[in-house]
Amino acid sequence: MAQMVLSGDEAVAQAALDAGLAGAFAYPGTPSTEIMEYLQEHIGSAHQVTSSGASAETGGTLRVAQWCANEKTAYESALGASFAGRRAMVSMKHVGLNVAMDPFTNSALVRINGGLVVVVADDPGMHSSQDEQDSRVLADFARVPCFEPADQQEAYDMTMLAFDYSEQHEVPVMIRLTTRLAHARAMVHTAPPIAIPNRGKMTDRFSWILMPAFARGRWNVLLDKQAVFRSDAEAASHLELCSKKLGVITCGLGLVYYKENENEWAAVHDGERPSHLHIGQYPMGTEKIRQLADHVERLLVIEEGYPYIERDIRGIFGAPVPVAGKMSGELPLAGELNADSVRAALGLSPRDIALKPSIDLPARPPQFCQGCPHADSFTALKKALEGEAEFFAASDIGCYTLSALPPWNAVESCVDMGASVGMARGAAAVGQKRAIGLIGDSTFYHSGMTNLIDAVRHSTPMTLIILDNGATGMTGAQPTIGTTSQLPHLLEGLGVEKDHIHVLEAHKRAHEQNVEVIRKELAYEGVSVIVMVRECLEWLKKVRVS
Amino acid sequence: MTCDIILCGVGGQGGLSVSVVIARAAMAAGLNVKQSEIHGMSQRGGEVVAHLRIADGAIYSPTIPRGRADIILAFEPLEALRYLSWLSAERGTVISAITPIRNIASYPDIEMVLGELRKLPRMRLVDADSIARQAGNVRSANLVLVGAAADLLPVPPEAIEKEIAGLFARKGEAVVQANLKAFDLGRKARG
Repeated sequence: MAQMVLSGDEAVAQAALDAGLAGAFAYPGTPSTEIMEYLQEHIGSAHQVTSSGASAETGGTLRVAQWCANEKTAYESALGASFAGRRAMVSMKHVGLNVAMDPFTNSALVRINGGLVVVVADDPGMHSSQDEQDSRVLADFARVPCFEPADQQEAYDMTMLAFDYSEQHEVPVMIRLTTRLAHARAMVHTAPPIAIPNRGKMTDRFSWILMPAFARGRWNVLLDKQAVFRSDAEAASHLELCSKKLGVITCGLGLVYYKENENEWAAVHDGERPSHLHIGQYPMGTEKIRQLADHVERLLVIEEGYPYIERDIRGIFGAPVPVAGKMSGELPLAGELNADSVRAALGLSPRDIALKPSIDLPARPPQFCQGCPHADSFTALKKALEGEAEFFAASDIGCYTLSALPPWNAVESCVDMGASVGMARGAAAVGQKRAIGLIGDSTFYHSGMTNLIDAVRHSTPMTLIILDNGATGMTGAQPTIGTTSQLPHLLEGLGVEKDHIHVLEAHKRAHEQNVEVIRKELAYEGVSVIVMVRECLEWLKKVRVS
Repeated sequence: MTCDIILCGVGGQGGLSVSVVIARAAMAAGLNVKQSEIHGMSQRGGEVVAHLRIADGAIYSPTIPRGRADIILAFEPLEALRYLSWLSAERGTVISAITPIRNIASYPDIEMVLGELRKLPRMRLVDADSIARQAGNVRSANLVLVGAAADLLPVPPEAIEKEIAGLFARKGEAVVQANLKAFDLGRKARG
């Protein structure tokens, strides 16, 4: 047993290595990115699209950690590795699971062979995301077990367990992280690594062929497993009956925010602590919740994300005792929890916050790095649009979305990965003039290409600007799955006319020419694509350091 | 014993990496540590903050409750003000660099910002940039600030020096020496 200081992300990655992981697949997304980065660093080659190696530690067996085009492709690769009999992990941020929903929900029906662990990092508070959806709901939707660690040690232990559980019950297992767990570091005790297991290729092929006749049988198999999942979750939950005044139910980080305040609650309640149930596994059991409710006058549910447990407890016909939580307003429905909001929900008086500045503090929003190629691209675009009354500039998800803010005030939408292309196309299809999609190279490979095929097939008059910086910048610069030299060929292959594919340098020195090309293509009544090329500075820095 | 530290600055200052130096030194001394930061969008030239909690017992919340921080270590003065509500009014100390990073149009008059900081019962304003330059590397301004906070940290300065040497060893002896000197000059500059 060794001791290491690890973030929640790193603890998951280290556990996967120690559990005999053979294949890891991911697309970058805050706050999950560091899982793959850690794996690559330990497998051998950091900052690459692929990292692979075989060592004495792995029993001489090949182990790979690969960035993929998107979360769906990553998920399907992990599924293939499981079919082949090896332990596999796919990691993503919460909205990445939306992209991978098709393989995710269907993989619940197949007979998982090598352990398959799906790590999803939620971002309550939207530190770096466009929504704060709760992945526990999606695990429930797919009917797969979900483990929710409360600290870094549990992130490690639960990931180890998840591989075994997945193989034992032949089902994918989700690990749900949240930002403050994923990105906080603490001491973790690790177990000795095992050699990479090989269960051999799946021989029961009908358990993997989800044609209706077979899928019906598999769906019943999955439904039959639910009772076991529930009783295992019940056994894993931890109940302590103390005070009769209050029963606290926690899950995930709710536990540590509660613990932060527990002693003070006891201090004002004759030294008695609240009764407490901690839930770390779903679908959750119900018996201990009943026991707790029988024992106390009222309940408080502290959970990060949606009021998921709370809603179940309330049901339609109501709980036998009053329930406080997010639905009743004791805890905020939006944003992340913290020790202060949980303190208030526990009815403790607020801490004295005596110090505050007497001047207004301006916010300091994120902005482009000094010398960022995107800045030069947007300078050219703004110039090209000067005097144009009618246009629609649709953005995508990446650093370039920052052009929505001053001084650029350039783009008008940002919804999901690839939406810039589809939205510009749809708007143009119904008559919008000068419809422009602005997308990074990484996002284009992720989800932009298919939209472009629609535009080509329907000859939609639109201009796509691909900001090709060779990296996924916003997540701390990871390599893009495609290369700059291959992009024009790909565009041609998708059916964009060669005369309307331009590769420009995203640099001040090419400004005049860039403005001219953008202007010309905005006037063209068909599909045009302008690729603005210059490497991400963060990426260059990272590669240089390594 | 608990020591809760807010480290704050502007994305790209690289300041938050020094929290690792303090955290490692604390762990080497057998203390528990929790360290929380935010990656991603908020890093790009915007406000950034890390929470570092050190204790000889269990540490629960990854972030510091408001009104509880012992130290705000600010790599930029306006950012020091942003987190004042986290500082303990009874015992908290602000240690802040004085050089503004004016990457926003509405940056207030710097004298007003520093004036706000001077009003605090316990504060140390440090010309970290000049001292770092004197130490031979302007990029070591963050360690000047760690030096200025050294007497408030629950670990001996030698333990921090050891971690500085370890962290920068990869970059060569000159960088190690400049950073050690920055830390040392920071210790002398507090006041």
